[in-house]
Amino acid sequence: MKVNVYVTLKPGVLDPQGKAIHHALEGLGFGGVADVRAGRFIELDVVDGTSDADLEAMCAKLLANTVIENYRIERP
Amino acid sequence: MKTAVIVFPGSNCDRDMAVALEQVTGRTPAMVWHRDTDLPDGTDFIALPGGFSYGDYLRSGAMAARSPILRAVADAAGRGVPVLGVCNGFQVLTEAQLLPGALMRNAGLNFVCRTVPLKVENSQSLFTASYSAGETINIPVAHHDGNYFADTATLDRVEGEGRVAFRYADSVNGSARAIAGVLNDAGNVLGMMPHPERAIDRAHGGTDGLRLFEAALGALA
Repeated sequence: MKVNVYVTLKPGVLDPQGKAIHHALEGLGFGGVADVRAGRFIELDVVDGTSDADLEAMCAKLLANTVIENYRIERP
Repeated sequence: MKTAVIVFPGSNCDRDMAVALEQVTGRTPAMVWHRDTDLPDGTDFIALPGGFSYGDYLRSGAMAARSPILRAVADAAGRGVPVLGVCNGFQVLTEAQLLPGALMRNAGLNFVCRTVPLKVENSQSLFTASYSAGETINIPVAHHDGNYFADTATLDRVEGEGRVAFRYADSVNGSARAIAGVLNDAGNVLGMMPHPERAIDRAHGGTDGLRLFEAALGALA
């Protein structure tokens, strides 16, 4: 079973990489971009029946640093 | 005086750290591999060195913080054994939640590698007792992810409790409140991005870092 995990910076945490991407987009002539925030996408292949609690624990213990990041789990 | 340096795959300042510890204690530190589960009996001081443990995969320090030896380091820290984390070692300590906050990509996105002035904020700690409060010292930095972040409440608490050990005197990496080094609530764990082990010999261009080791290790002797 494929599970998608999206790790994103919490609102209010400065994202210098997102800012650099934003500047680069403007440099390419894309003027209509208000903001860019970069995150991480992780694809897990887990055994069928893996519990929500286990997936939550994987995210909270390792995949995201909850000091600075939020995560979202997307099951098929 | 028994010291230990934790060695991760990708550590690259472990030897420099060992040289600094040996110079001050006169005894060769134990080099402890990340897969080990125990520290040598009677370890009095633990150092987590700089480098790029596990290739900085996922986040700087994230993998190292979950390695077997870190459980032993956390136990020792809980018993009051002094722990010094420098650069990647600081990142590991925050990822392991032995210190508050997180270290993010430098605000300017560049790797910063130069000697920087630091202001000593707390001269009462085990690690900083050889400095005067407000003194400016010069210590090299070399990092890409040194931008210290914590939420406002955490920053206020850490500052209120006098746990900011060092602050950058100049703009270096965008760190919140220019924090360069922070202590845990018990004062026996210090994380700092600058490298004191790279300032222990006149040939390094300065010896301000030596005083940190002399204070911490001298207090234990």
